[in-house]
Amino acid sequence: MTQLALVIDLNVCVGCHACVTSCKEWNTSGTAGFLADMNPFSKDPTGTFFNRVQTFEVGSYPNTETVHFPKSCLHCEDPPCVPVCPTGASYKRESDGIVLVDSEKCIGCNYCSWACPYGARELDEKQKIMKKCTLCVDRIYDESLPENERKPACVLACPTSARLFGDVNDPNSEVSLAIRENGGYKLMPEWGTQPANHYLPRRKTRITIHEDELIRADNPLKKERQLPMPDADDPTLDETTSW
Amino acid sequence: MAKPIHDPLSKKLDEASCIEVKNTTCYMCACRCGIRVTLRDGEVRYIDGNPDHPLNKGVICAKGSSGIMKQYSPARLTKPLLRKPGSDRGDNEFDEISWDKAFEIMEERLGNLRANDPKQFALFTGRDQMQALTGMFAKQFGTPNYAAHGGFCSVNMAAGMIYTIGGSFWEFGGPDLERAKLFVMIGTAEDHHSNPMKTALSRFKRQGGKFISINPVRTGYAAIADEWIPIKPGTDGALFLALINEIIRQGLYDRDFLVQYSNAAELVNLDKNSSEYGMFVRSEVPIEEGCFDPQNKIWWDREQDNPVATHTPGADPYFLGDFELDDGTPVKPSFQLLVDRVKKYTVEWAAGITGIPAQTIKRLAHEMGITARDEKIELPIPWTDTWGNEHETVTGNPVAFHAMRGLAAHSNGFHAIRAMSILMSILGTIDRPGGFRHKAPFPRPIPPCAKPPNDSRAVKPNTPLDGMPLGWPADPDDLFVNDDGSPVRIDKAFSWEYPLSVHGLMHNVITNAWRGDPYKIDTLMLFMANMAWNSSMNTSEVRKMLNDKDEDGQYKIPFLIVADAFQSETVAFADLVLPDTTYLERHDCMSMLDRPISEFEGPVDSVRIPVLPPTGECKPFQEVIIELGSRLKLPAFVNGDGSRKFRDYPDFVINYETSPGSGIGFLAGWRGKGGEKFMKGEPNPRQWEMYEKNNCVFQYELPKSYQYMRNWNQGYLEWAKRHSLTRYAEPINIHIYSEVLQKFRLAAQGKGDTRQPPDHLRERVETHFDPLPFYSQPLEAQLSDLYKYPLNAVTQRPMAMYHSWDSQNPWLRQIHTWNFLNVNTRTATEAGIKDGGWMWVESMHGKVRCQCRHSEAVEPGTVWTWNAIGKAAGAWGLDGDANEAKQGFLLNHLISEELPASGDGETISNSDPITGQAGWYDVHVRIYPVDADEPRVTSPQFDTLQPVPGQKVENNPGRWLRYFAGRKKP
Repeated sequence: MTQLALVIDLNVCVGCHACVTSCKEWNTSGTAGFLADMNPFSKDPTGTFFNRVQTFEVGSYPNTETVHFPKSCLHCEDPPCVPVCPTGASYKRESDGIVLVDSEKCIGCNYCSWACPYGARELDEKQKIMKKCTLCVDRIYDESLPENERKPACVLACPTSARLFGDVNDPNSEVSLAIRENGGYKLMPEWGTQPANHYLPRRKTRITIHEDELIRADNPLKKERQLPMPDADDPTLDETTSW
Repeated sequence: MAKPIHDPLSKKLDEASCIEVKNTTCYMCACRCGIRVTLRDGEVRYIDGNPDHPLNKGVICAKGSSGIMKQYSPARLTKPLLRKPGSDRGDNEFDEISWDKAFEIMEERLGNLRANDPKQFALFTGRDQMQALTGMFAKQFGTPNYAAHGGFCSVNMAAGMIYTIGGSFWEFGGPDLERAKLFVMIGTAEDHHSNPMKTALSRFKRQGGKFISINPVRTGYAAIADEWIPIKPGTDGALFLALINEIIRQGLYDRDFLVQYSNAAELVNLDKNSSEYGMFVRSEVPIEEGCFDPQNKIWWDREQDNPVATHTPGADPYFLGDFELDDGTPVKPSFQLLVDRVKKYTVEWAAGITGIPAQTIKRLAHEMGITARDEKIELPIPWTDTWGNEHETVTGNPVAFHAMRGLAAHSNGFHAIRAMSILMSILGTIDRPGGFRHKAPFPRPIPPCAKPPNDSRAVKPNTPLDGMPLGWPADPDDLFVNDDGSPVRIDKAFSWEYPLSVHGLMHNVITNAWRGDPYKIDTLMLFMANMAWNSSMNTSEVRKMLNDKDEDGQYKIPFLIVADAFQSETVAFADLVLPDTTYLERHDCMSMLDRPISEFEGPVDSVRIPVLPPTGECKPFQEVIIELGSRLKLPAFVNGDGSRKFRDYPDFVINYETSPGSGIGFLAGWRGKGGEKFMKGEPNPRQWEMYEKNNCVFQYELPKSYQYMRNWNQGYLEWAKRHSLTRYAEPINIHIYSEVLQKFRLAAQGKGDTRQPPDHLRERVETHFDPLPFYSQPLEAQLSDLYKYPLNAVTQRPMAMYHSWDSQNPWLRQIHTWNFLNVNTRTATEAGIKDGGWMWVESMHGKVRCQCRHSEAVEPGTVWTWNAIGKAAGAWGLDGDANEAKQGFLLNHLISEELPASGDGETISNSDPITGQAGWYDVHVRIYPVDADEPRVTSPQFDTLQPVPGQKVENNPGRWLRYFAGRKKP
């Protein structure tokens, strides 16, 4: 069964928020729109976003990592938000595994957002309708778009291509390969939600230098007859031995 | 499970709507990505990256995706405004006027100034991307008082690198991350070339390269670095000098590269009694003189043990040692002088200054040197150098660097950047694969050919300026000074105070004009520069100066014209306000005459084409310039009979040539009558259409053999000459040792045959115009009580915002609503300041109340905040109680535009003494908690601004914004 999902590579995400506003932009005028903003030009602005980036620090100085962590609906294979919905507005599509909200049935009761352990759902405070990431379902099947643009807005926008999109149940897909080869992991697997979205961890490159790499026959200093020597006043055996 | 109960695709939103897609170029920052704007019923539905654009290849950033909100921002100015009679500047009280009236006012006032004393008119602009036009207008007007904002941005980066390698980071060149194996990023660099940099960084990391970030703060790109090396601000030069020391000590430099392509082996005259002391020994005076480095210097050949002309076939010069010419003149290769210089700059010495452990510096040097030497790239690309040697391959040493304002915005930044350029050069990485690569029209001769006028007589009534307002001095005779050595320009650029201030000193214009030093001016025109707020140092005092009057009740700066698209803090101080359009409403050029968007592979320029009609009475600033130029009958804007030459800006772009018949204009693509030529060719009446059909971009890819080693690549240089990018196809050798700087030093020492500085500046010039880089503490630190003010304070730029532009944007302001002062947890705790607590941060110039954020991602001696999120209450279309005004703050209040006055009251800019680069990051501070009874609001506060006439705040949706493009609203 197809399960569409995002795989987010934390190794290259620089926290630029391109995914956040390209999502807002596509969706506010899309089928899930509008995405209301309260106090847009005054104190404490707050609005509906399907995708947010949280930034946090790990470790203590100087061994600190600054992590940018994009977060949206994880399209769980066993989504706890669906069974709690009293009207059936919250549902998971059989065809592609996308979790959606039927805005005409939603009564804004918030049960689903309480059930979601990831905090991925946002009530549109103006319309009193629950909203969330749709994986741009109104883009990805739109045949009027060129095929390579039938992807979620955030995936197309991401300057570091940190967001991969595809079927995590297809072992040969780009996303499955990335998960397999780069230690992709699920958020809070202990909840048993089977989130479809995965994250790829930070990976570090180090340079190993062997001591003998500093000594070379073609060292240009040799040409100048000035191979490295200790300074004249550095200690030598001359001062310290007593034959 | 039942079938889907709800089909989200069933809503046919676009049915019966008019959908249009138009290409143009983004301007939410300086990156200039290609964008596609989708309109639904004439409203912006969506802006996405243009997949066919060479710069961003379809990606877009947070700002670019939020362009919609800027287009419809309540901060937009929509009508020309005149300050209400009887109101004060800053009161923000205006009457609407017509454009006719606005032009009448300007025509009369500026016409008089031009007829009497053109320098009384000063034009200074922000990050406008139209310096080719505004600079040309200033020259035509005849005023020397023109610059853009480079002096307070990153001029040290441009000047430090261009005076060393003939090119620079920025739009002029960059790291080749496609091929690099080791990438070192120093300081803040997030706001230039940002999307291509992000894309390249990601690819680089996935290819397994090592990314090192050297930065006091771990944010931005540094977050994904493989190694973060915290450094104390302003000490970068010390680090580079120690790295050079260690790399030379270990013999890890690329000797062959330096011999052929730099002046490292050239002999320097060390006869202290000679007027040529410190200059290269020359074999003969070149027959042809021009803007290039004559190839008449001398090596000491080891085979013959004799001096020989450089690049003599078969010669192999000594790099080290001291020699004596036949006439007894003592000489040394300049590399020996570099070795002598860096001897004291050991890794242990640098550790004490930078805060980086000596072992780490040593390892860094070894990683750079060994990667450069042992991971060599050989591309099977034959090429020929300017000495006629044929090479079968292009070699690369894959160590790349990038840096911007973090290095530049210090008063010791020029030498730090010279040191970095020398480090890059000794590793053999200049215009080679995996290292630094130029972008057309770079490389330029060192220094580039354009010069400012060198005589006050260049300024004459009713006459264009004799020279360019900005240029690249090569020696003291190129300075723009009066006979007594005093400055001609209002900002004192190109004077002995800041001789190589190639981008001017916008940060001192208001203070100088207010004080009348060097003289008073009548009219100051500011375009897109927020000088009453985040673009000024010493913001509170500058605001007072703008509003200050003399004994007669006249403003000290009599007339202030502000052109901007938005209600910035500066608008409130204007006498005349000119509403500019947004980037979606106008034509623009990313011109080869200014800062194009060239790629490593060849020249690229691009345009904006309007996607929407202008809002209200907004008029593109270019049209204002064309109209003013025509009304004032500036020669370039009128025909011989005085009639108007250009209908409008698009017409100007097509038909303007730098000189009659030159074939060089604002756009390089589709020139020639039918669009068959490029770079050079007659005007093409259909040029705009051709850009429009081609994604608004012109790209030329050089043959592979012209894409590398361009400083010395005969094929490339001849191509560049043939296409009029340069006048001479001569090699551009790297200036390890800078004779240009030595010429100024000699003048300061009373030697040489050029002009000499006034006595009070001799020591300053002699000290700083050192032909080799040296480390000294930033000037302000030298004058600060570092026991009282022990911490460095710096700003960084968030990737989701561009300077002051984006707090008006309801989407972006939800990402950064206000700023904190980020303080290392230990430092804050010792000061008794809690996370989230209110605190004071104080420098010797002023203090700011703000909120503290504890952080482990900042070195303990540094505090930092995001730049330009703090706003004056009521500005930028925000309510007076918006978080940006009440919790947000500017660090600018702590930073002075001048150094503390000397004993005799002499004032001097808080800037690099070579380039005039504003020393933003030199300020030192202390921190302490607020008293319990203090208000929880940032200080200082200013009176709340009210909207100006024409601002659509009445349409401000108030509590709710429900943006949905098109007729059918949900």
